[in-house]
Amino acid sequence: MEHIRTSKVEQVRLLDRFSNKSTTGTLHLTATHLIFVESNSTSAQEIWILHHHIASVEKLSLTTSGCPLVIQCRNFRMVHFVVPRERDCHDVYSSLLRLLRPESYDELYAFSYNPKQNDRQREEGWQLIDLAAEFERMGVPCDQWQLTDVNRDYKVCETYPRDLYVPITASKPIIMGSSKFRSKGRFPVLTYFYQEKKAAVCRSSQPLSGFSARCLEDEHMLQAVSKANPNTRYIYVIDTRPKLNALANRAAGKGYENEDNYSNIRFQFVGIENIHVMRSSLQKLQEVVGTRALSVTDYLVGLENSGWLRHVKAIVDAAIFLTRAVTVEGASVLVHCSDGWDRTAQVCSLGSLLMDPYYRTIKGFMVLIEKDWISFGHKFADRCDQLDGDPKEVSPIFTQFLECVWQLTEQFPQAFQFSEWFLIQIHEHVHSCQFGNFLGNSQRQREELQVKEKTHSLWAHLLSGQQNYLNPLYCPSYGYTNPVLEPSTLPCHFKFWRNMYHQFDRPMHPRQSILKQALTLKENNRELESIAQNLQAKLQKLGVSTSPLEVRLSPRECALPPRPKSLILGAPFSRKEVHQEDEDELVEGEEAREDIPVGSDGDRTVEGGSATENGYGELPLSCGSKPEPAMGKLELCLKSM
Amino acid sequence: MEFAELIKTPRVDGVVLHRPFLPLVEGTLCLTGHHLILSSRQDNTEELWLLHADIDFIEKRFVGSSGTIIVKCKDLRIIQLDIPGMEECLNIASSIEALSTLDSVSLMYPFFYRPMFEVIEDGWNLFLPEESFKDLESMTDEWRLSEVNRDFSICPSYPPLVVVPKDTDDDTLLKVASFRHGGRFPVLSYYHKKNGMVMMRAGQPLIGPNGRRCKEDEKLINATLRAGKRGYIIDTRATAVAQQAKARGGGFEQEANYPQWRRIHKTIERYSVLQDSLIKLVEACNDQSHSMDRWLSKLEASNWLSHIKEILTTACLAAQCIDREGATVLVHGTEGTDSTLQVTSLAQILLDPSCRTIRGFQALVEREWLQAGHPFQHRCAQSAYSSGKLHGEAPIFLLFLDCTWQILRQFPCSFEFNENFLVLLFEHAYATQFGTFLGNSAAERSATLKLPQKTVSLWSWVNRPQEMEGFVNPLYEPNSLVIWPSVAPQSLQLWEGVFLRWNRSSKCLDEAYEEMVHIIEYNKELQKKVNSLRRQLAQLETEEI
Repeated sequence: MEHIRTSKVEQVRLLDRFSNKSTTGTLHLTATHLIFVESNSTSAQEIWILHHHIASVEKLSLTTSGCPLVIQCRNFRMVHFVVPRERDCHDVYSSLLRLLRPESYDELYAFSYNPKQNDRQREEGWQLIDLAAEFERMGVPCDQWQLTDVNRDYKVCETYPRDLYVPITASKPIIMGSSKFRSKGRFPVLTYFYQEKKAAVCRSSQPLSGFSARCLEDEHMLQAVSKANPNTRYIYVIDTRPKLNALANRAAGKGYENEDNYSNIRFQFVGIENIHVMRSSLQKLQEVVGTRALSVTDYLVGLENSGWLRHVKAIVDAAIFLTRAVTVEGASVLVHCSDGWDRTAQVCSLGSLLMDPYYRTIKGFMVLIEKDWISFGHKFADRCDQLDGDPKEVSPIFTQFLECVWQLTEQFPQAFQFSEWFLIQIHEHVHSCQFGNFLGNSQRQREELQVKEKTHSLWAHLLSGQQNYLNPLYCPSYGYTNPVLEPSTLPCHFKFWRNMYHQFDRPMHPRQSILKQALTLKENNRELESIAQNLQAKLQKLGVSTSPLEVRLSPRECALPPRPKSLILGAPFSRKEVHQEDEDELVEGEEAREDIPVGSDGDRTVEGGSATENGYGELPLSCGSKPEPAMGKLELCLKSM
Repeated sequence: MEFAELIKTPRVDGVVLHRPFLPLVEGTLCLTGHHLILSSRQDNTEELWLLHADIDFIEKRFVGSSGTIIVKCKDLRIIQLDIPGMEECLNIASSIEALSTLDSVSLMYPFFYRPMFEVIEDGWNLFLPEESFKDLESMTDEWRLSEVNRDFSICPSYPPLVVVPKDTDDDTLLKVASFRHGGRFPVLSYYHKKNGMVMMRAGQPLIGPNGRRCKEDEKLINATLRAGKRGYIIDTRATAVAQQAKARGGGFEQEANYPQWRRIHKTIERYSVLQDSLIKLVEACNDQSHSMDRWLSKLEASNWLSHIKEILTTACLAAQCIDREGATVLVHGTEGTDSTLQVTSLAQILLDPSCRTIRGFQALVEREWLQAGHPFQHRCAQSAYSSGKLHGEAPIFLLFLDCTWQILRQFPCSFEFNENFLVLLFEHAYATQFGTFLGNSAAERSATLKLPQKTVSLWSWVNRPQEMEGFVNPLYEPNSLVIWPSVAPQSLQLWEGVFLRWNRSSKCLDEAYEEMVHIIEYNKELQKKVNSLRRQLAQLETEEI
């Protein structure tokens, strides 16, 4: 609280990002949120911005109408306020500067967030995902793979989890030797086991091979991985970096496996760029799509120059390569990059998703993230800038993974249990620091922070709202008929993810949502089914026999999966969210009523920000649309003649 | 002329057909006067019937003694035929070439096609101007139906009946016609019931280099203005282009002579530019390269989406003037048969909910495209694989369909028809067994070609319930409002259903669509079931009492 210089500023104008419209309201600054409340009485819009979501605050030079304050958020929200008095603006600005750069973990929202759950509920939330059970599901331990306790105390590798799975023939000395020969001690371990062919997906960091160094234990380690697979005598080693980068690493005593030293490996570079390239790529993309009155040419040229879709495709390509090696050839694969926690996580998790239908369910996707990202030490704190850290460590690696998944959901509309809102919601909370799951850089650090004791789990929160994230077209049997997804990787099948990067720019979205419509219908179908059953029961009591639900069409086998277990269903929403949900019902701008037929008032039900986003605040016409400004716009057209 | 003369080899065995995402078919290739037929010999399930008129371009390749013909169709599909025997291959190729480029319209397939179905409702009589005028009459008495063009002598590209301001007599129309390009004097295109505002369309005024004026023209369009109100003239050409047109006898309405009108210039490209754009776009879509940069830069270089944005924006502007400004609008470009129609028809889709129904959309196509004199025959003679010298070919109508699809995507519950219906219209505008899209004007269709007597209308076929089923949007909920799409580049998309149609397997998407349909159907069934159970229960309860 001591950082808040002013808690309330009135008569602040909020400028629309893409049009000339503005609204006036009051700005509130709390310990956790920046809140803008529109003064208009009937459809008072509210915007809640979590401090952790703010990526940057900029104070522009004073204008006649006031002092502009531009806030850019990590969830791609961009707000432009004009504060009447410069002093107020400065106060808000400097308060925010301090608030958005917490210095220690205990300042993060997760440690103060209290959704009114008792301790038991909170603890149960943390028990939802069990990685040991997940490895068991894959069929591990088995006759070739075992659990090792070498890292029980994080002594061998402090960025790995405690429980690791290795080939049974990999003895402790081999593991220790191999770990000394790998960056940050990240020796090859199992991350996914393709039971059908007993093929393993392993991950590690780069070997410290330099120009000529060898390590017999590391070579043995790879041999052990190879021997554990009866199908093939070789294993693939996928280095996810561009060859040039890997070569450069050799000069620093790192590098890649020399095929002469490792028997029976097939080595392959797949050329995914590093975190710095990805960071600047997304920055460029954001600049382009944030431009007002963007032309199609500038948009497409900007999209190309940003390289973003090229990078996304590179990751999907790599995952497909991995999947083919495992499922078609039945070969085991070792994936690594430099440290093995960015590109490696992307490729391993996306590959698993292509191979295993379980990861395409809501619960399975949580497990996948827990396994390949959280437990194996993707540096969420650094990459998402949770504390005031090194800006060069920040990079949208996880966002990129979510986008790869979204691209797949577009190609396979029935393969995923979740819709894109699930992905967007996860993205929201990776940056919100509201839940403990993503805090810190490794499991060890999370244990030190006592996240399981002091914070809540996002997974429980998401499961409790799971009906909002369902894909109404999901077909559970799809996984049986198409266990392995084979996406097209032609460039024309990759699209710009508007609902992510413009999630708060409502005028750009379709006015009616098929997704929401279908969800409503499915919900409605379930209700009707139970009503019909009740009625039939009543009729039966009266002595009338009716055949059970004699509708011509039966629900397909693609029936919805059962609702989550009671412990989650009972969990109350936080007060803010309950409040929001109420508003969702009430708030419907005048324009919305005019434009939108009943029952399709928007395309999303849940979001981190304000509820009023659901009202269509404005008509989307670029040439002006409200009765008022239209004339002005026409004048402009005339002037440019 | 006998088709037989053109068919050098009517039949070849052992031909292998390659199609994207489908298994190979080996069979017998037959050429008839209008079709290329390939039927597999094992069983009769795999057959290909391709209209010669659908063939845009062919390529020949030879390896040893066998040849390959690559057939590029107007619907953008590319198929490959491996033909054993060099001579057979050459014969087939030259026959296809001759048969797919017949000059005479009266040799086209629609004149030979005999429907296999009973025509219940003749599409040729479905959308008569007299009928739609009756609707107008019920709303306003300010307009009249003029027969001034009954013999097509005043304006060859107009229909015999046009709607003009009530107080403008036929003599005036004659004078105005001589002042407008192609005799296309301003006529009513759309009446906005909500506020009584109208949209008119015309050819460019022929002011020429000396700024000629025509009092009758001014009087005609002023007659549509409300007292004290201004109107908007939307010129679909850039200012510079409109200026240059003066040198060639055309031009635009000058402020001095039309003080009550504001003129707005938009930049919708002319047909040659648009044809070029289509060729480049399709080339990009067929590029199998895996380079993202190459794809995006080719997509950009095609300019297709820029054209979409410009056309949509102009239509939105026209709709905005009418609905939001409460002003009268006059739209024209040069001839008034291309970009003008794109704008007036799209504006009506935004403004008028009835245009978003299946019948309403057919009526719109009939009124604003066919009757309004869009030269389909010229524009659709060749498609994206055309090469060499072009004779006015351009994807004007395809752009209109694409814009409609963009709106449909943004308002997926507001249209009675689905994407398949738009794709169908695209296909039939280019190659068809029906007469609807033949000819260049109402005059050609009725007077010269006598299409209503000699051919079947597309609407006769498509409106039969069993066909219609596939074109109905299951999500449709009538929406009586004006709809305003977003025209931001991020909101526009490549129309995959047309441009990537042959480039991807649509299995997953088709199945998802079926699932959607199923959810909706199941919902309806359940509703019915619950209602009947409720009635049953209520009845029993009353009986008990």
